[in-house]
Amino acid sequence: MKRKMVFALIGVLVLTACWPGPAVPTEVPVPVPTTPVQPRKVRVMTHDSFDISEETLAAFEAQYNAEIEILQAGDAGVVLNQAILSRDNPLADVLYGVDNTLLSRALEAGILDPYDSPLLAEIPDYLELDSQHRALPVDYGDVCLNYDKSWFAEHGLTPPANLRGLVQSEYRSLTVVENPATSSPGLAFMLATIGHFGETGDYTYLDYWAGLRDNDVLVVEGWEDAYWGQFTYGSGGEGDRPIVVSYASSPPVEVYFAEEPFEEAPTEAVVSESSCFRQIEFVGILVPKGAQNRDLAEAWVDFMLGTTFQEDIPLHMFMFPANQNAALPEVFAKFALIPEHPAEVDYAAIEANREVWIEAWTETVLR
Amino acid sequence: MKLDKGTGRQGDKEKGRQGKSNAVSLSPGLLVSVPLAFLLLFYFYPIASILTLSFAPEGRFSLAALGKLIRTPYYLQTLWFTTWQAALSTLLTVGLALPGAYVFARYDFPGKSLVRALTTVPFVLPTIVVALAFTAFLGPRGLLNLALMDLLGLDRPVLDLQHTLTIILLAHVFYNYTLVLRIVGTYWANLDPRLEEAARMLGADRWRVFREVTLPLLSPAIGAAALLVFIFCFTSFGVILVLGGPRFATLEVEIYRQTIQYLNLPLAAALSVVQILFTFALMAVYTRLQARLARPLELRPRRVTQRRPRHWREWLAVGVNVGLMLALLVTPLAALVERSLTLSATGGVSLAFYRQLFYNPRGSAFYVPPVAAVRNSVGFALATVGLSVTLGLMAASVLDSRGSARSPRPRGLRLRRLLDPIFMLPLGTSAVTLGLGYIVALDEPPLNLRTSPLLVVLAHTLVALPFVVRSVLPALRSIHPNLREAAALLGGSPWRVWREVDLPIVARAMLVGAVFAFTVSMGEFGATSLIARPERPTMPIAIYRFLGRPGAVNYGQALAMSTLLMLVCTLGFLAIERFRVGEVGEF
Repeated sequence: MKRKMVFALIGVLVLTACWPGPAVPTEVPVPVPTTPVQPRKVRVMTHDSFDISEETLAAFEAQYNAEIEILQAGDAGVVLNQAILSRDNPLADVLYGVDNTLLSRALEAGILDPYDSPLLAEIPDYLELDSQHRALPVDYGDVCLNYDKSWFAEHGLTPPANLRGLVQSEYRSLTVVENPATSSPGLAFMLATIGHFGETGDYTYLDYWAGLRDNDVLVVEGWEDAYWGQFTYGSGGEGDRPIVVSYASSPPVEVYFAEEPFEEAPTEAVVSESSCFRQIEFVGILVPKGAQNRDLAEAWVDFMLGTTFQEDIPLHMFMFPANQNAALPEVFAKFALIPEHPAEVDYAAIEANREVWIEAWTETVLR
Repeated sequence: MKLDKGTGRQGDKEKGRQGKSNAVSLSPGLLVSVPLAFLLLFYFYPIASILTLSFAPEGRFSLAALGKLIRTPYYLQTLWFTTWQAALSTLLTVGLALPGAYVFARYDFPGKSLVRALTTVPFVLPTIVVALAFTAFLGPRGLLNLALMDLLGLDRPVLDLQHTLTIILLAHVFYNYTLVLRIVGTYWANLDPRLEEAARMLGADRWRVFREVTLPLLSPAIGAAALLVFIFCFTSFGVILVLGGPRFATLEVEIYRQTIQYLNLPLAAALSVVQILFTFALMAVYTRLQARLARPLELRPRRVTQRRPRHWREWLAVGVNVGLMLALLVTPLAALVERSLTLSATGGVSLAFYRQLFYNPRGSAFYVPPVAAVRNSVGFALATVGLSVTLGLMAASVLDSRGSARSPRPRGLRLRRLLDPIFMLPLGTSAVTLGLGYIVALDEPPLNLRTSPLLVVLAHTLVALPFVVRSVLPALRSIHPNLREAAALLGGSPWRVWREVDLPIVARAMLVGAVFAFTVSMGEFGATSLIARPERPTMPIAIYRFLGRPGAVNYGQALAMSTLLMLVCTLGFLAIERFRVGEVGEF
C-alpha cells in the first residue's frame, strides 16, 4: 500500500514534469551543425515590444536554413540586466532592444562583441553612437508631448507649441507624464527637459519641473496608465488630461488602429526645437561562451539592418527605420511628424547621472 | 461558555504514545522530502545564488548595503509604510469578508456558486486592467462621479481617489476578498451549528455566541486567510505603483526600482533580505499561535449546516452581503465588459473587438490567436494545480502538528515549526529577485531551465503552494485524532486511513487550494513575467501586448481579451468546484 502511494506520487510528478505537450521542446540541446539539412538556431533576446511579420522572419529562416528563437522578458531594462547577469553563460546569441538610455550600461558590462556590418554604410552616422560597433542602430523613435486635437478645438485653446508652454496658467491641470523612475518614456521625457533647459543656469530643468508641479502636472507609473487611463483621447472618455507624454509615432498609429478610417490624425505630437528625446534602439552580438554560430548571428544582424526587416519596423514596432533606404509605410509618411532637432543628451552622461537626475527629479516633483 | 481547550491537547498526548506502535507507516520524512526538495531546487538555490552574487559585486562579500539600508530613514519609512498599509488592508478585507463568509457558510441560495466564482475573478486580472476598470468606475469622469455630479447638481467631480491611500486599500480588498470568503467560508460551512444553538439555548446573546463560540472555532481559518492577505499586501507592487501613484512605495517597489532602473544589486538584495526575514518572522509567530488555536472538531456535512434563508432577516443578510460583493467586486469588472462591447466612436454595441481578436491583419509573427492564448493559460494553470496540490497535500500532512497515526510527535514538532514558515517564504519573496535568481542559477544541465516553459509552471507552483497549504491545513487539523486511530486500530493501512478519513474532510479545502493555484497561474503571478521565454503567450501577456500601443482598436481588443480571461476563469472556478474526489464531496 505504501509503495502504491509512492508510485502514485511519482506518477503525478512525472506527468506534471512531462507537461507541456508535444508542441514544446522542454530541453533545448545546443544544435551541432553536423548535417547541413538540420536548421541552425539563432537565439535573439529582446523586450516585449519586439514584433515583426511572419513573412520577414520566414524569409531569413529560408535563406539561411536557420531557426530564429525569440526570447522576450519584460522591458528593455529587464532584458539588459538579464543579459548582464547571464554573461558567463549567455541566454542568447544576439541582444536587441538596448536603447541609448541603457547603452553605456551594456557597453561597460562588456557583454557585446564588435561587428562591422557592411550595412552600417546605409545608416546615418549620427545614429551610430558606439564607434567600436558593438551596438548597431536598428531603429529610433521620439518621445514627445502628444495632445488631443479635438479637446483643444472644443475648448477654444491653442495647443502647446513647445515645452515651455506647459508651465503657463492656461495649461493648468492638463498634462500627464510618466515617472522617470519606473517608465522608459518617462525617463526619455525627463532627458528631453535636461537637454532643453540644461542642468545649470538661470532656469534649469528642475526649475521647469517645479513650474510643472505648480501647474498641477499629473505623474503616473507608466505609459499604459498615462495613455489609457488619463489621456482624454486614449482612454474611452474617462481621462481628463489632454496632453500626454508619448511618441511622435503615436498619431499615425492612432490612425492605423482606428475603429473608422480617419482623414487626419486625432492627436498630434509637439516636435518643436529640442522638445523631444530620440530613443535609438541597438542590436549587438553577445559575447559567447565557447563556440557559437557566429556567422549566423552576423547574418541575422545584417538582416535586421537590411531593407526587408527595416520596412517592417514602423507597422510592427511603431519606430522609425535606421536604414536610409527603407521606405516608410503610407500612414507614417502621411501622418507622422519627425522632430528635426531632438534634445541632445550624451548617452554616456545618462548612465553616469541616471540616479542623481532621477533623485533630484523625485525631490522636486514628488516630495 | 468557553470551550474546553484542554480536550484537544489531552488527545494529543495520548496520540503521541500510540503513534509509536503505528510507526511502521509511511514515514513523514519521505513525505516531506518531496516538497522540500522542490523548494530547495527552485526557491532556495536560485535565491541563494542571486543574493550571493549581489552581495559580492567585485567578488568580495560585503553586507555594507544592509548597513546603508538601516541607516537611511527613507528605507525605514518604506518598511513602515509597507507594514501598516498591509495590516490595514488585511483588517479591512477580513472585516468586510467575514459576514460574506458567514452567509456563504450557512445559507443556500440561488446563484451562490456563480457569485463565489465572480468574487475570485479580480484575483487574476493584471493591475493595469484593474486600474482602468477603477478609473472607468471611480475616476474623475467615471460612472460614480458622473452619477454623483448629476445627483448633486455639481460641475466638478465629488470623489478624487486617484493616487490616495483609500484607493490602495480598496484595490487590496478588491483583490483579496475572495481569499477570506473561500478559506473561512469553507471551514465555517462544516462547523457544527449545534454548538452555537446550545450556547443560545443557555441564554447567551448573538454577539456573545459569536465572540465566545464561533470566533474561537473559526480562528484557524481566519488566521490562515489573514496571513495570506497580509503577505500579499506586504509584497504589493502593481497596485501601489499604478493606483497608489509615485508617492507611495513598498519594499517590493523599491526592489524593482533598484534592480531594473539602477542595477544596484547590493541594495536590492539587502531590501529583499529584509522582506524575506520579515515574512519569516511573521510566519514563525503565526505558526506558534496557530498550533495553540487548532483543535479537533466535530465537523458536519453541508447538508446539515446549510439551508435556505427563511426569515426576512436572513434574506436581508444574504442580500446585503451579496450586494456588497457585487458592488465592490463585480461592478468594476462589469465596466470592463461593457467597454469591450462598445465602439468608442459611435457608442454603438458591437462584437467588433472580439471578432478582431481572430484576425492578424499585419501578418505579425507574434500574433496570438485567442484560442492559443486560452490553451496556453489553461495548460499552465492545470499543470500548476496538479503540481501544487500534490506537493501542498504532502507538505500539509507533515505540518499537521497534532499528527496522526503516521507521525511520531516529539522530534517532529520543532522541525514542523520551522517547516511551516519555510513553505510560505516564496509568497513573501520579491518576484524580481527570484526571477533574476533563475537566470543565474538554473543555467546548467540538468537544471538548464532558464528558457523552458516548465520554469513557468515551477514559478507559479512556488506561489500557489502556500495557498494550498494554508487552505488544507486548518481542515486537516480539525480532524479528530480518534477517527484516525479508530481506523488504524481496525487495521486500515495509513494510505487507507488517509483516503477514508482525511480525504473526505479535506477535499473541500483541497478544492479551495486548487482554485487558488489555478488563479495564481492564470494571473501570471510571481517571477514569470521576468523570465525570458520563447513564444507561448498567455492571456495576460496578450492583454499587455494590446495595451502596449496606441489606437482604439488595440484598447478594444485588450478589453475583449480581458473579458475572455474573466470568462475562462469563471468557468474554471465553477468546474473545479464541481470536481468530486471519488464519493467525496459532501463535506
